[in-house]
Amino acid sequence: MKKLSNAQIAWRAAQDLPDGAYVNLGIGFPEMIAKFKPQGREVIYHTENGILDFGEAPPAGQEDWDLINAGKKAVTLNPGASFFHHADSFAMVRGGHLDVAVLGAYEVAETGDLANWSTGPGSVPAVGGAMDLVHGARQVWVVTDHVTKDGKPKLLRKCRLPLTGVGCVTTVFTSLAVIDIAGGRFHLREKVPFISLDELQALTEATLVTDAPVKELNVPDLSK
Amino acid sequence: MDRIYPDIEAALDCVEDGMSVMIGGFGGAGAPIELIHSLVDRYRRTGSPGRLTVINNNAGNGAIGIAAMIYAGMVAKMVCSFPRSSDPKAFTDAYLAGKIALELVPQGTLAERIRAGGAGIPAFYTPTSYGTEIAEGKPQAEFDGRMYVQERWLKADVALLKAELADTRGNLTYRKAARNFSPLMAMAARTTIVQASRVVEPGGIDPEQVITPGIFVDRIVEVANPRQEEAMLRAGETA
Repeated sequence: MKKLSNAQIAWRAAQDLPDGAYVNLGIGFPEMIAKFKPQGREVIYHTENGILDFGEAPPAGQEDWDLINAGKKAVTLNPGASFFHHADSFAMVRGGHLDVAVLGAYEVAETGDLANWSTGPGSVPAVGGAMDLVHGARQVWVVTDHVTKDGKPKLLRKCRLPLTGVGCVTTVFTSLAVIDIAGGRFHLREKVPFISLDELQALTEATLVTDAPVKELNVPDLSK
Repeated sequence: MDRIYPDIEAALDCVEDGMSVMIGGFGGAGAPIELIHSLVDRYRRTGSPGRLTVINNNAGNGAIGIAAMIYAGMVAKMVCSFPRSSDPKAFTDAYLAGKIALELVPQGTLAERIRAGGAGIPAFYTPTSYGTEIAEGKPQAEFDGRMYVQERWLKADVALLKAELADTRGNLTYRKAARNFSPLMAMAARTTIVQASRVVEPGGIDPEQVITPGIFVDRIVEVANPRQEEAMLRAGETA
């Protein structure tokens, strides 16, 4: 089935970054968003391990391993950056000072519940800062494929996997749509032009509310 | 009080079997490798200190640092938020074999529990983990229309930390993002043991620049040109 690539999902999410926002990008896929920040828009990135306003990765061979992000990747500092300890870092998170946190997801429920940290018994559980971020940032975005690798819906009435947070997700950017969560419902804001509303609904367990006009989700071809 | 110790072994002589040990660092940044490896050497030589509870954000990477402690068999329990890394084999194998216990704590809750331990606050409420299995069995309460989970303070017998500068009164600075949990752990441990890249006389650190005031620091040993865990991992080194 045709769908947006991860880079295209990241591009779409990046277009919504508010100017001047303090943003935390989760380890892995959400980190790609930084690459697609629109020109001229100022965004200050926060990382759990105690840096505000870090920049791109340094050239290979110039890494300073005391200067890393939460994904343990080497970063650089922008002018105006700051260091702080872990309790201050999470005061920024829980205290409502971060504007946006972006995370990946196994499942998202129409109530805004998120499951993204555990696939259940048999694995080593690891939660990191996700549970703090989802209850701290003013907006919590999820970037994800619209369905699982087996083609099953990831946007559900109720999560089946262990929860990361309750009623916390505000917007989901998927490989097929942009969906806002409000009042315990999925409100479809945009969908890709190459599938119908019925087809999209069939790939989504919970009902997609379309009380406002649904816009086309158009993203540049980023494969080149 | 003389906080300066002539060598690493002497600085660590108060670490005993069954203790809880906070270890600074997030990934390789801030990991006090020389202190950790000295304890591993002592354990291999004498069988002590064993049965340790280790508190760190992670649970070791490769075969050095905390991973070396786990491979040596001296860790009974890990308290951490993210026991995964690029090479988590030491912890994963021990955990799946039932040889090591795990208390999984969300990262911000871990930081705040340690801060509370150092600040004399026995418990606090946080929105983190509400509605999840991490909150099961913990007291919960509503404040201003929102639900919160009660978490308890976390203290330790000793903290092992890496600082950039220390003065002989115990005032510390850290290097870049190697700061992370260390200022909190310095407050929360009964005995805080620091390896510093350089030890200076009082006044050698501008009071405006002090990150950890010396009241929180008990023992200091100078380790010039300390090893960096991530750099060692990338060079394929073992303990």
